[in-house]
Amino acid sequence: MKLKTVVYTSDKRTHFFKEIKAIFTDIRSSNFLAYQIAKRDIQAQYRQSVLGILWAFVTPMINAVVWIFLSASGAVAIPTDKLPYPLFVFIGTILWSVFTESLNMPLIQTQAAKGLISKINFPKEAILVAGFYKLLFNTSIKLIIVIIALFVFKVNPGINFLLGGVMIIFIMMFGVVFGMLITPIGMLYKDIGRGIPLALSFLMYTAPVVYQEIKNPMIAKIVNINPLTPLINSARNTLTGYGFEQLPYLLGILGVTLIIGLLGWIFYRVSIPIIVERM
Amino acid sequence: MSNEVLIKVEHVSKKFCKDLNLGLLYGLQDLATNVFGSKSQRELRKKEFWAVDDISFEVKRGECLGLLGHNGAGKSTLLKVLTGLIAPDRGRIEMHGRVNALIELTAGFNPILTGRENIYNNGAVLGLSDKEIKSKFDEIVAFSELEEFIDTPVQYYSSGMRVRLGFSVAAHTDPDVLILDEVLAVGDAGFKAKSFNKMKEIMKSAAVVFVSHSMPQVARTCDQVLFMRHGKSYYQGSNVNEGVELYFNEFKSEQGSVELDTGAEIHNISINSETVVDENDIKTVQYGEAMSIEFDIDIKDLNVKKYYVQIQIIDKDLKMAAIHFTNLHNESFIVTEKNRIKVVFPDLQLVNGEYALSYFVTETEGESNSIKENNILAIYRNYTKFKVKGLNTPTYTSFHLKADIYQNNNLINSILK
Repeated sequence: MKLKTVVYTSDKRTHFFKEIKAIFTDIRSSNFLAYQIAKRDIQAQYRQSVLGILWAFVTPMINAVVWIFLSASGAVAIPTDKLPYPLFVFIGTILWSVFTESLNMPLIQTQAAKGLISKINFPKEAILVAGFYKLLFNTSIKLIIVIIALFVFKVNPGINFLLGGVMIIFIMMFGVVFGMLITPIGMLYKDIGRGIPLALSFLMYTAPVVYQEIKNPMIAKIVNINPLTPLINSARNTLTGYGFEQLPYLLGILGVTLIIGLLGWIFYRVSIPIIVERM
Repeated sequence: MSNEVLIKVEHVSKKFCKDLNLGLLYGLQDLATNVFGSKSQRELRKKEFWAVDDISFEVKRGECLGLLGHNGAGKSTLLKVLTGLIAPDRGRIEMHGRVNALIELTAGFNPILTGRENIYNNGAVLGLSDKEIKSKFDEIVAFSELEEFIDTPVQYYSSGMRVRLGFSVAAHTDPDVLILDEVLAVGDAGFKAKSFNKMKEIMKSAAVVFVSHSMPQVARTCDQVLFMRHGKSYYQGSNVNEGVELYFNEFKSEQGSVELDTGAEIHNISINSETVVDENDIKTVQYGEAMSIEFDIDIKDLNVKKYYVQIQIIDKDLKMAAIHFTNLHNESFIVTEKNRIKVVFPDLQLVNGEYALSYFVTETEGESNSIKENNILAIYRNYTKFKVKGLNTPTYTSFHLKADIYQNNNLINSILK
């Protein structure tokens, strides 16, 4: 039997295609490990909690309740054209929570695996893939809640709901890709981890999460440029039986996401030894 | 098969930064250079030093390399480079086959989950497939001797039990290359012996790099040693004993001290009739020849009528190699005005090395040859040092015992000339 050979050198150049090939072999070879890590984390998470999976959607729910309350009290009047406002804001906050969870995932996963990364050499892909499995798990729970909400509001999305599922995976990918880009720097400097929630709490209002129409032209422009706008709008629309919005822009975002995703992944791989050196 | 070189390390160097913030900044720089590529940047930057400096070695299947050095000599950094956790700054490393590093045994554990679940986790982290873990599961549990607690959350395990479980998983990964960092010192005495045997078994079919501060273990397991000092190779070769000796010389052996002299004092010590001036005066004695230790005892406690002396011989690993009670087969000394004691070992069977002598003066109570240590009059610990020359053993030990040798009941060689 031919033994597997590994060579470590001081060669610091990154070979793009070699790395991409390595990514895919590592994803394949670490699939069991990724599954095992995800299973471990999910089991551990729910074993120590009474409310269990409730935690997966309690934050977006509270967020939605706040806005429903504000709207119902008449303190803020938010017009929506297709959907009743409570449903609009509920799906919006759920989608937003999917995005933020995805964005945070790479950094949180890598930080949680710090002890492992610095001691044992294993395909680091497993950490991210495991994180993605966990995301899928949490997102499915959120989707079930969305389905319940659709029933309550008697909205029948029909076959478009499946497109909504695809859009949600798109949102997840979008979040993970940018999360991956900031992870290496976030592992070195704690400022990144602290800054993300701050940035996100502001970013939420530049996307149509809790409101639909904007009267101020300046802000409307920002919202229109924000790549999250077509993502969230299209996801909400398809989930409730309507069509895509800003389709060309959406496709453009998809292309950019894929390219940045590959580059981000290579960046991530290259950065791990440098991070391990410093922890 | 046995000529297969599984680990090949060529001129490997690794630098480190002493300063945290600067180190993080260099991290950012390195990130950039690694992504965009750069051929230079191998020189030391401000506040950096070579933690590992130009190390080369080869280990074949079935061989074991012992990595020696004091704390901070660069051993752990070298291991991290070997396992691919961090990249070398210079040089090249080639590893063949499945590499398993026993550095941190419980790294993959989740305390909430049970022992059973954690076996799967740890196995997966160490690169085992689902099938492999399933087939080895019973063996792993049996080895850990934790059958009773296998469905208990690991957080209720004692630290010893945790390490047991971690070791059991790691020991069943069938590695080709094994990197051990002081993991053999785990668990209780029984498990230590068991894990040591298991390691020896794995070593037969793997190339091993072994880091330890336990010289007896290094001497027992390694075929070659690499002694690191400030990141550099200080001694490298297959004479394990020489490496061990150098390692010991690296440390100032324990300072001799007078722990107790209220009841008695010891003066004018001489070895083989040569007066020992102070503790840095190290006399040399020959293996197989007589060694005499002479000293004056001044009994200060006027109530003491009889006393005996206990002499301990301590080796460099601070283990007690031998002991002698002057009254065990003889009478106790009766206190007289002048007490010049001479102890002669007629045929010294200690092997080459440096040893220290400790003296205990104790009052004899009751029977003349009873060694109840009720009233210790004086303790002079590691007070005189001496060196033995004349017999070098290839393995680490304190004694080479003389013997009569027979073949087919015919005496071939007698020690009694």
